Amino acid sequence: MMTVSRRAFVTVLAAVGGGLLVGYRVGDERRVAKATIGSASAATPPGFAPNAFIRIGPDGGITLIMPQVEMGQGTYTSMPMLLAEELEVVPDQIRLEHAPPDNKLYANQFFGEQMTGASSSVRAFYEPLRRAGATARAMLVAAAAASWNVDPGSCRAQKGVVTHTPSGRTLTYGALAAKAAALPVPDKVTLKDPKDFTLIGTPAKRLDTPSKVNGTAQYGIDVRLPGMLIATVAASPVLGGKVTGIDEQKAKAVPGVRQIVQLDDAVAVVADHMWAAKQGLAALAVRWDDGPNAKLSTADIVQGLAKASETAGVTARKDGDPVSALAGAATKVEAVYESPFLAHVTMEPMNCTVHVRKDGCEVWTGSQVLSRAQATAAEVTGFPLEKVVVHNHLLGGGFGRRLEVDYVTQAVRIAKQVDAPVKVVWTREEDVQHDVYRPYYYDRIAAGLDPRGTPVVWTHRIVGPAIVARFLPPAFKDGIDIDAVDGAVQLLYDIPAIQVEHVRHEEPVLNTGFWRGVGVTHNNFVIESFVDELAATSKQDPVAFRRALLGKSPRAMALLGVAAKEAGWGKPLPRGHGRGVALLYSGWGTYLAQVAEVEVTGSGDVRVHRIVCAVDCGRIVNPDIVRAQIESGVVYGISAALWGEVTLKNGRVEQSNFHNYRVLRMNEAPPIDVHLARNNEAPGGIGEPGTAVTAPSLGNAIFAATGKRIRKLPLQTGL
Amino acid sequence: MVGLNVNGKVHQIDVPSDMPVLWVLRDVLGMTGTKFGCGMALCGACTVQLDGQAIRSCVTPVSAVAGKAITTIEAIGETPAGGKVQAAWIALDVPQCGYCQSGQIMSASALLASNAHPTDADIDAAMAGNICRCGTYGRIRAAIKEAAQAAPISEKGATR
Repeated sequence: MMTVSRRAFVTVLAAVGGGLLVGYRVGDERRVAKATIGSASAATPPGFAPNAFIRIGPDGGITLIMPQVEMGQGTYTSMPMLLAEELEVVPDQIRLEHAPPDNKLYANQFFGEQMTGASSSVRAFYEPLRRAGATARAMLVAAAAASWNVDPGSCRAQKGVVTHTPSGRTLTYGALAAKAAALPVPDKVTLKDPKDFTLIGTPAKRLDTPSKVNGTAQYGIDVRLPGMLIATVAASPVLGGKVTGIDEQKAKAVPGVRQIVQLDDAVAVVADHMWAAKQGLAALAVRWDDGPNAKLSTADIVQGLAKASETAGVTARKDGDPVSALAGAATKVEAVYESPFLAHVTMEPMNCTVHVRKDGCEVWTGSQVLSRAQATAAEVTGFPLEKVVVHNHLLGGGFGRRLEVDYVTQAVRIAKQVDAPVKVVWTREEDVQHDVYRPYYYDRIAAGLDPRGTPVVWTHRIVGPAIVARFLPPAFKDGIDIDAVDGAVQLLYDIPAIQVEHVRHEEPVLNTGFWRGVGVTHNNFVIESFVDELAATSKQDPVAFRRALLGKSPRAMALLGVAAKEAGWGKPLPRGHGRGVALLYSGWGTYLAQVAEVEVTGSGDVRVHRIVCAVDCGRIVNPDIVRAQIESGVVYGISAALWGEVTLKNGRVEQSNFHNYRVLRMNEAPPIDVHLARNNEAPGGIGEPGTAVTAPSLGNAIFAATGKRIRKLPLQTGL
Repeated sequence: MVGLNVNGKVHQIDVPSDMPVLWVLRDVLGMTGTKFGCGMALCGACTVQLDGQAIRSCVTPVSAVAGKAITTIEAIGETPAGGKVQAAWIALDVPQCGYCQSGQIMSASALLASNAHPTDADIDAAMAGNICRCGTYGRIRAAIKEAAQAAPISEKGATR
């Protein structure tokens, strides 16, 4: 029973560097963590800080510094759980702090720099954060043992207190902080045996929830500073275009407008508030030179990709002799698949607040790549890195969009011309039309079947840009973009001859980058749709057809059985309904089997009635967050699969806001059942698989419902 | 000067009469819990309550709210329905990135205040205007039902 005891207390703890540290507590008989999330303090209080992730003050305050940013995926709960498990503290005792930019202290081992993306946080930090926690715990225990002059082995740490077991004496971590700080950091520590975990593997409550239900959560867009102005911006409507002139008169007449800033490729209106800035921008007459892309449309881009698909690419996987196997196959099946440009459309539009002073620069934003945000601000201003302070915030969605720092670069360029702190906020239209889009991909795929309908050869040629070559050059080796071929090179099916190629084809008409599910999202649509085509060609059930090819993938086989059973695979459905299945495995190390049930109405509208997912992501840190991420990824995937498409006409993006970039709404969202496998395999990524598996299962369900095979996304357009 | 009643407090503000309530809240009064998402009443991130009705503050000019009471996410917990909704949101860990959740909670609270036991169709109708890109719809639906089941919060408990 809930009672009158539920009361919320909002406490502003301190204002540091312009950012608010907000504490929130809910007195509730349920298990609710007391957590605060703040920026790094200007003055680090004295205490115990054995590594970059943990700080224990003499007052007993325990601060955990978050190397990975929180954009909804639950890192501000899973990362603290890893630390707290080994440190022996409970979530109620901790305060969280955003890490500052620092590649030395906070690098993600997969990228060699500070980066939150590619569903990597738990994979990358599973051991390092446990080690950090265990190291601190060992030092606190050693400090206590020294205080009592006893063997550390006779002491036990629990809930922030060290107890000398034989005598029952206790000392709190706060009381031990100064003494522990004077001890050497041990080289080796013993991590807990997983069977002794008390936190990892439990559905612990998210630490960021309380602030996200009462309006106190601070996103980049919520920054407020004394004397701050607000700007909104219009970049050249055609990529590569330039400003040739502006008429400021009408814009400056708008009450509240302070200043017009002109860059070579954009204009910004700086005002007292966003309304004046928007009105001013609307009134501003800008003359553009649209540049070389002025006449291009989507069809031109597809033509270029199609032509490139006629040429051989770089081979990323080759098993057996695909050429002769294809020539000798009893049946040959070939297809072309297309995946459109996609926008991220995070709920929080791009924004960045910057104050350029004579002696340095300060930046407030939400970024998946903090050190890159700092580096671009340093480059634009000419200040050394140490003169650029970046304050990170909660991200109102990332999905890969905030892996780019274009909006930071632009805001700093604007702020250089403004004699005050300025918050640059993009309108939704700017956000949709100046995204760094998921690329358009064009795939040629073929298979050969033996007389019994069993695949004997598989060839997959992927045509699209090499994002990794731009984004992370050291990872681009031997001409192979590991992202472009991700999911394709790990093909689970046991086929004797396999070839996967990537034809690199860059399109300078739109900026392209990572989008939730990255290369896997597009590859899995192609692979799992095409496997379904092969099953149909062989006149076999799609589940049975896959099962016969999974002899070497027991984890996938097991999931396929769970998903099919839970979804009622094979049970009759009403006319116009169909079930589709899809599997997923990729570099994230997670296996997923999904069954979608859809209805195609008489007027051709697709309605998704149910989604069933069976997931094996190895060892699970927090099963409730894993479920939430699967639910999330699926919804994001449905939006894109059914409707997602950014198109170009005369070099301009045709979509602009939610009325013409449709996304799934409450009344369209199906129930999503998630079944988790529990085992001790290495942790797999979980933020993106749900997105990557959804388009093919929907497409396959539409095929089951209608007999129509759609090879070009979005699916609704193909009906 | 216009008098704007927000969360029971009247603010005297000097802004253009066509200025949307959203920007008055965020940029003039410094109440940033109400979010900007689209500027066209398409996404619901900016939802506040006007005399208890959920409205999109991004397209509601200040001139349209004279003499009426605005309630925002910062104070919705003080209403019986709002308190129950926030508690259910916490119990089910609804938010992910959280950016849309102020608007979701304002819409859900308005629904429950007028309809103590909404059906799925009622929930669809009341919540279809609030987009969540993190896909928390299933949990929002479950949390609304949980809040509807919760015992009423007494006046004492509902008052700060």
